[in-house]
Amino acid sequence: MKFVKNIAITLAAVAGIATGFSSASNAAAVDKHPMKMQWSFEGNFGTYDIASAQRGWQVYKQVCSACHALKYFRFRNLEDIGYSEDMIKAFAAEYEVAGEPDDAGDETVRAALPQDVFPAPFANDNAARASNGGALPPDLSLMVKARHDGANYLYSLLVGYEDAPADREISAGKYYNPYFKGGQISMAPPLSEGVVDYEDGTPATSEQMAKDVVTFLTYVAEPKLVDRHHMGMNVLAFLALLTIIFYLSMKKLWKNVKTGRNVYED
Amino acid sequence: MAEWEAIKPENKALGWFEERLPILSLVHNVVGAGTPTPRNLNYWWNFGSLAGLMLVVQIISGIVLAMHYTPDTALAFDSVERIMRDVNYGWLIRYMHANGASFFFIAVYIHILRGLYYGSYKAPREVLWMLGLVIFLLMMATAFMGYVLPWGQMSFWGATVITNLFSAIPVVGDSIVTLLWGGFSVDNPTLKRFFSLHFLLPFVILGVVILHIWAKKVSDSGNPLGIDVKSNADQIPFHPYYTIKDAFGAGVFFLIFAYFLFYMPNAMGHPDNYIPAEPLVTPDSIVPEWYFLPFYAILRSITFDIGIPFTDIVFIPAKLLGVIAMFASILLLFFLPWLDTSKVRSAQFRPTYRYFFWFLVADMVLLTIVGGKKPEGIWPMLGLIGTAYYFAHFLVILPLLGKMEKTLPLPESISQAVIAKAAK
Repeated sequence: MKFVKNIAITLAAVAGIATGFSSASNAAAVDKHPMKMQWSFEGNFGTYDIASAQRGWQVYKQVCSACHALKYFRFRNLEDIGYSEDMIKAFAAEYEVAGEPDDAGDETVRAALPQDVFPAPFANDNAARASNGGALPPDLSLMVKARHDGANYLYSLLVGYEDAPADREISAGKYYNPYFKGGQISMAPPLSEGVVDYEDGTPATSEQMAKDVVTFLTYVAEPKLVDRHHMGMNVLAFLALLTIIFYLSMKKLWKNVKTGRNVYED
Repeated sequence: MAEWEAIKPENKALGWFEERLPILSLVHNVVGAGTPTPRNLNYWWNFGSLAGLMLVVQIISGIVLAMHYTPDTALAFDSVERIMRDVNYGWLIRYMHANGASFFFIAVYIHILRGLYYGSYKAPREVLWMLGLVIFLLMMATAFMGYVLPWGQMSFWGATVITNLFSAIPVVGDSIVTLLWGGFSVDNPTLKRFFSLHFLLPFVILGVVILHIWAKKVSDSGNPLGIDVKSNADQIPFHPYYTIKDAFGAGVFFLIFAYFLFYMPNAMGHPDNYIPAEPLVTPDSIVPEWYFLPFYAILRSITFDIGIPFTDIVFIPAKLLGVIAMFASILLLFFLPWLDTSKVRSAQFRPTYRYFFWFLVADMVLLTIVGGKKPEGIWPMLGLIGTAYYFAHFLVILPLLGKMEKTLPLPESISQAVIAKAAK
């Protein structure tokens, strides 16, 4: 096992040197590290907190969707976070989408159906920029996976607005947020106490809304997480059993050879 | 090479077929009960079959992905998301393929380091070693092009950076880049040709793997003692002894693979690749996949021109020198059988080489870390030192060490060493 020991020593030495250097060089970085929160979907048995995801859907619909699209999210996906078919149809019917051209070839509109994508707030990127002082509100479908430590990052960003330090110059139309790269963000603080009236009566504090909408957006970014965690357990259990059987078979087969006996006759 | 044994199946139909195409004999003599193999192979010898298994995983999952993927700049990212969301078990297949690439490289890197430690590249196995390096190069090309296909930010910018390297080649560089791109920037034609080649190359790899195994059959497996097989007592049949040992190793390896696949599928990817490619926005830092980082570090470590000092005359500009260093770091390995002058194969009997082997491993780890950092502060200097040491190891240390090192006495035979160990 000297081999394994050597590997351990080598890796430890290099990692030690490297972390020494990187902590020295990171000290100068400006962005704050995201807060560490507890999430229902974390860990090997993690699953989505349905009530929180539903509240998050309400926050997205009533607050975020004014500027941010969700192009990979369809109304029918709401089934995964506990809504019934009728409720999904009702949610969809609140929106209008482009329909097929009519017999005269004119454009039509129709009520959205469960299979439709959640309608984007702006017709195109230019329209979005024009309404937002030149800044483009990004699509949120994959936001949680498109940032390091996405869930914690989004949460920190949403509740992390504060007054800029005295020595900090903030450009017009920008807001100070220490979690955002560079510290200046074009999005006004989106959440304030009571901006949403929760259907289930939960007090709508900024922290609560941030937590809920991050849970919802994590679901949108990784809709198969629960399936994945569940299947993973079965696969690991199966592989563990198979590996034990292989190990015992190997021990039995190799017994002769290990005791120094020869397989081939000379 | 052991004698070829013909198989005569008892089943009449099988026997009829075997006479016309002796496929059972082929298996029997290459990885079967008729394949005498050194009796002392340790677990580091498992990684060849593991690499082979990962190739199979990649080909099968890749073929399924290709049924749903659309190689078009306007549709590629969406089609990957469709696989993740709407295709039945699409998420499983894609995460398997993405993490499978990493685990393929893990298996291959350990397999190569095994070869370096035990001198598996020395006579008579030089061609076996070189075929392995050809597989490694093909894998790198395949993995690079595969990473471009999801058409995320890292896909696009990684493709831009790496293809631009070829422009450093004098005279023909720009034409090569235009040919790679199929135009004047990384765009739709680039994506389409990368998809086509990404589909083709794994089958080329499969072909070279067959040659690699053939060469192994001819020169026989090496072993941890690095001495030749002297009698039948030194050997055991490949099947069932090494088939079951490989199966056990595969079980352990797949447990770790499955853990990553199901519980941290994005740990080895970059978050920026979940942002659709945007040619007008350069990411904060452009980083390749982890398995390319040491070579990326070598590429970036060269920041000086070679020319006549104190004049403006430049013979080799820094960019070209970096590209040369990167390619040389791998091509160098083709000459390893002759650069290492030691008569002793295994590091077990080369006490000094053993230290240098671990220094090289540490150097590779250091280069991996440097490759992932922005080139500022102390990192470029560490990269340059790491690069210099990498080349010094192969070009200076190994040739001299073989002449100067006092090696330990080799055992009489494999069986003697094994029996002595069993008696302890």
